[in-house]
Amino acid sequence: MNSLPRPAVEARGLSVWRGGRKVLQDVTFDLPAGRITGLIGPSGGGKTTLMRAVVGVQRHVQGEVSVLGMAPGSAALRRCVGYSTQTLAAYEDLSVRENLEYFAALVGATREQVDELLARVDLQAAADQLVRSLSGGQRSRISLATALLGEPRLFVLDEPTVGLDPVLRERLWELFGELAGAGATLLVSSHVMDEAARCDEVLLLRDGRVLAQDTPARLVERTGTGDLDQAFLRLIEEER
Amino acid sequence: MTGTAATATRVLRQLRHDPRTVGLLLGVPAVLMTIFRFVYDHEHTGFERAGPALMVLFPLVTMFLVSSVALLRERTSGTLERVMTTPLSRLSLLGGYGLAFTLLAAVQAGIVTALSLGALGLHLAGSTALVVILAAVVALLGLGLGLLASAFARTEFQVVQFFPATILPQLLLCGLLVPRAHMGGVLHVVSDLLPMSYAVDGIHHLAREPGASAAAVGDVAIVLAFAVGAILLGALTLRRRTD
Repeated sequence: MNSLPRPAVEARGLSVWRGGRKVLQDVTFDLPAGRITGLIGPSGGGKTTLMRAVVGVQRHVQGEVSVLGMAPGSAALRRCVGYSTQTLAAYEDLSVRENLEYFAALVGATREQVDELLARVDLQAAADQLVRSLSGGQRSRISLATALLGEPRLFVLDEPTVGLDPVLRERLWELFGELAGAGATLLVSSHVMDEAARCDEVLLLRDGRVLAQDTPARLVERTGTGDLDQAFLRLIEEER
Repeated sequence: MTGTAATATRVLRQLRHDPRTVGLLLGVPAVLMTIFRFVYDHEHTGFERAGPALMVLFPLVTMFLVSSVALLRERTSGTLERVMTTPLSRLSLLGGYGLAFTLLAAVQAGIVTALSLGALGLHLAGSTALVVILAAVVALLGLGLGLLASAFARTEFQVVQFFPATILPQLLLCGLLVPRAHMGGVLHVVSDLLPMSYAVDGIHHLAREPGASAAAVGDVAIVLAFAVGAILLGALTLRRRTD
């Protein structure tokens, strides 16, 4: 039997300071290649900071992080990592399509892919509207679509499904599954437990610490509980 | 290079969605120049003396305001950080802004120059092409100073306050109000250190000397050096990693 492929991301003793406060405390985890890892936990727990450290846009980082064998944020990685921020990182005074065309040009993606992604995130009808005029749910999908442009091998998606209707949410999780099936690695954050169940692995983060990292099934089994919600509560109790 | 072209296209598209700003950028200088002409209606030599300097002040003022706000928005809206996670380099990003804004400044200068030399009866002995080039170079200077201002401001209120702080002193000391030769010791030294002094010297050379005189070309080169310096310094303030 072959040994497991090297994890796409390896973090050892990762700590991050923000405003004098240690918001990530000696966090150690692996993101298995070709899998979807759900980053789950209450807001304010450090999910966004952890993702920013992996993408390489976070200052005051200590510890070792390796992304596809390289240092986070290194020049060679910028084509390989698709990052979707939780806040809208798009130009409000451009249309949806113009935003995607700009980011497509930056990562060397084609116009065909822009059209395809507009369809996949269900923004076709709004493609020629200015971002300024869009609803919150539509805006978050622009960030997601820009992250999907090009051919990233690692996707870091910060709350990509927040505020979306169940049908679209379902379709996006199918899309994430396809990406993983094609060999990409995904780190997807959420504070909704039923989304955790759709991931290959779950990384539970609370107060800047990793409570557990395991498959959803094993987490439920290990804690002797009925579902992930209960498992998470049990793990918090154990921590105390 | 594709990053520069893509960014220039993006900036021009943003402007296209904002026709009011473009209209003000292109129309207001022409209106001001006309008012200036009639302020000096009793004395045309006054217009001949001060008019040319105004032609290089417009691109500085307008491009400083546009670029300081545009780059502050890039910093505060998350787009700068997002763009920095792509292969785009900082200089390509600024190159894109430079390309878009100099293009706009060239159109603005074309309108002002055509109006001044035509209907308003201003005389320039020198090359009108070099006048437009000088205006475009001053626009780059405005971009560089606006970029620096955006690094020291957190809000749009703050960034526009850098206008009286950085641009008005240059207007006072550049030779628009009083010839630089008449300024006393300290003022003259300070005036020599400010980029706009060379832009106004340059346009005065262009007003008096035929063609593209060596002195005028030299002044354009000095302003360009200041502009490139400000942009490079400003590039250092665009950070890939933030708190």
